[in-house]
Amino acid sequence: MALLETKGLTAHYGDFQALFGVDIRLEQGETVAIIGANGAGKTTLMRAITGVLRGQADQIRHKGTAIGHLMPDTIMKRGVVMVPEGRKLFPSLTVEENLLIGGQHKGGRDLGDRIDSFLSRFTGAPDPMALAAGHDGTGLWTLDTIYEIFPVLKERRNNPGTALSGGQQQMVAIGRALMSNPEILLCDEISLGLAPVVIRDIYAALPRIREGGTSVIVVEQDIGQALKVADRVYCMMEGRVTLEGRPEDISRDDIHAAYFGAKA
Amino acid sequence: MIWIDTIVQGVLLGGLYALFAAGLSLVFGIMRLVNLAHGDLIVMAAYLILVVVSVLGLNPFVAAVIAAPIMFVFGWILQKGVLNRTLGEDILPPLLVTFGLSVVIQNALLEGFSADSQRISMGPLETASVSAGPVTVGLLPLLTFASAILVIVGLNWIFYRTSIGRAYRATSDDPVTASLMGIRPDRVFASAMGLALIVVTIAALYLGTRSNFDPYVGPARLIYAFEAVIIGGLGSLWGTLAGGVIIGVAQTVGASINPEWQILAGHVAFLVVLLIRPRGLFPRAVD
Ligand SMILES: Nc1ncnc2c1ncn2[C@@H]1O[C@H](COP(=O)(O)OP(=O)(O)OP(=O)(O)O)[C@@H](O)[C@H]1O
Ligand SMILES: [Mg+2]
Repeated sequence: MALLETKGLTAHYGDFQALFGVDIRLEQGETVAIIGANGAGKTTLMRAITGVLRGQADQIRHKGTAIGHLMPDTIMKRGVVMVPEGRKLFPSLTVEENLLIGGQHKGGRDLGDRIDSFLSRFTGAPDPMALAAGHDGTGLWTLDTIYEIFPVLKERRNNPGTALSGGQQQMVAIGRALMSNPEILLCDEISLGLAPVVIRDIYAALPRIREGGTSVIVVEQDIGQALKVADRVYCMMEGRVTLEGRPEDISRDDIHAAYFGAKA
Repeated sequence: MIWIDTIVQGVLLGGLYALFAAGLSLVFGIMRLVNLAHGDLIVMAAYLILVVVSVLGLNPFVAAVIAAPIMFVFGWILQKGVLNRTLGEDILPPLLVTFGLSVVIQNALLEGFSADSQRISMGPLETASVSAGPVTVGLLPLLTFASAILVIVGLNWIFYRTSIGRAYRATSDDPVTASLMGIRPDRVFASAMGLALIVVTIAALYLGTRSNFDPYVGPARLIYAFEAVIIGGLGSLWGTLAGGVIIGVAQTVGASINPEWQILAGHVAFLVVLLIRPRGLFPRAVD
C-alpha cells in the first residue's frame, strides 16, 4: 500500500476542468518531484491533496484511507502538510508566531474536534478525531531544531514574517509546515524567484527532513533541481501526467516531449 | 474648574461607548463582518440579565456572570449556523442578514417583554460617588470605565499572547492558509463571535443599569459604537476606546454649553476626526 496515492483524480474551478485523471503515488521514505510548465496543474494537484479543493473521497488515499472529501485541517492533522505556492506567511504574525502556528493544531484533539467527533456519531459526517488518530505530530521538529537548520530565523524571530527577504520567508514557510512533524511534506515551488545560493541553502535542509521520517513531494519548475533531489519524477501537462520515471531512466528528450507536448 | 469636571464626565461616558463598541470592533477586526445587530444583541443580553436578576433574585453582577456563557453559546451557534454562510468576497450579504437579525431580535423581545421600558437595579451603587478635589464622579460610571479598560486589556491579551489569539490573527489574514495549518476558520469565527457576545454581556450590564431600555433602543446605541470604532481605526481596540472618549467628551462639553447640543456635538466630533484622519486614529498596518 502506497503512503499516498491519487487514482483518476479530477479537479475543477467552476466549469473549468484543471485535472483529468491524475495518478500519482508516494511511497514511505520517498522524495517525488512533480515538474511541468506554467498552468500544467501542479498547484491544483497540491490543493486537491490537501483538501483546499475537495472532490470525491476515493480519488485520493492516504495509507489506504480515502481522504479526497476531507477538510484541509483534518488532512493536516493526519500529517499531510503543505508549503504553499507563494509562501503565504501570515502578515500579522511574527516569524516565531508563524512557526508556532504550524504546530499548535497538530494531533486533532482540540475542543472543536472533540465536539465534531461526538456529533459525527449522529450525523454520519467524517469523525475528525478518528481520522487524525494515527498521527500525533511529535518528532524531530521543534522551534529549536528549526532554528538549527535555519539560524537566521532565530535572529529575526520577532520581526513580522513579511519583513524578511524572499529566501528567509521561504524558510519560515518550510519551518511552519515542519512544526507539526508531517508524515508527508508537499512543497510547491519553494525555489521560485530565489537566487541560486539561497535555493542551495533551502534544499540543504531536505536530507534532514527525510531523516526525520518525512516523505516529500516537491513541485519544481527547475528541472535540474528536481532531477537532483528526487527518487522519482512525474511530469504534468495540461492537467495530465505525461511522464513518470526515475531520474536516471529518463532522457532530456523524454522530458522535453512530456513538458511541451509531442514535438520533441 | 467646572471644565475639568465636564471633561472627566465625558471621558467616563466614552468608556461606556467603548464598551458598546468593543465587541463590534473585535468581530470586524477578525472576520470583516459589520454586525448591524450588535446594539440589539446588547439589549437582548440586558433582558437576559434582567430575567436572571428577577427570577433568581441575584445581584446584577452575578447575573451577568451567568448570562455571559449563555451569550457565548448563542454567539457560537449564530455564527456557525447563520453568519458564516454570509461571509465572502461580497460585503452585502452579511449586512442584509445582520440587519434582518436586528429586526428579528427587536420583535422577539417585544413579544416576550412588551414595549415597556425596563431597568436593572443596582441598589445604593446607583447613587454612590467618589470625590477627588473639584471632581465628583459616580461610582457606576467609574466602574464602567474600568470595565472598558479591563475588557480591552483582556481582549488584547487574548489576541497577542495566546494561541487562540494567534489563530484569530492568522485566520483573519488568510483563512485558506490557516486551514492548511490545521485551523477550521468557521470554528475560529464562531468562537470569536462567542467572545464578542461575552463583551456584549458586560456592555449590557451597564446599559441596563445606567439608563432605561426597551426592545428598540439597540440601533440608537449602536450609532455611537459605530462612530467610536470608525474614528478609532477599524479593528484597533485601543483606538475604539480613544474614539469612545472623543465622542463622550464632545457630548459633555457640547451639553455644558447648551443642553440641546449634546448629541450634535458628538456627531460633529466624529466628522471632524474623519476629515482630519479618514482612516481613523489608529488604522491597522495590514489591510
Ligand atoms: N483559482 C482558479 N480559478 C480558475 N482557474 C484556475 C485557478 N487556479 C488555477 N486555474 C487554472 O488551472 C490550471 C492549472 O493551474 P495550476 O495553478 O494548477 O498550474 P501550475 O502547474 O501550478 O502552474 P504554475 O507553474 O504557473 O504555478 C491553469 O489553466 C489555471 O489557469
Ligand atoms: Mg503552481
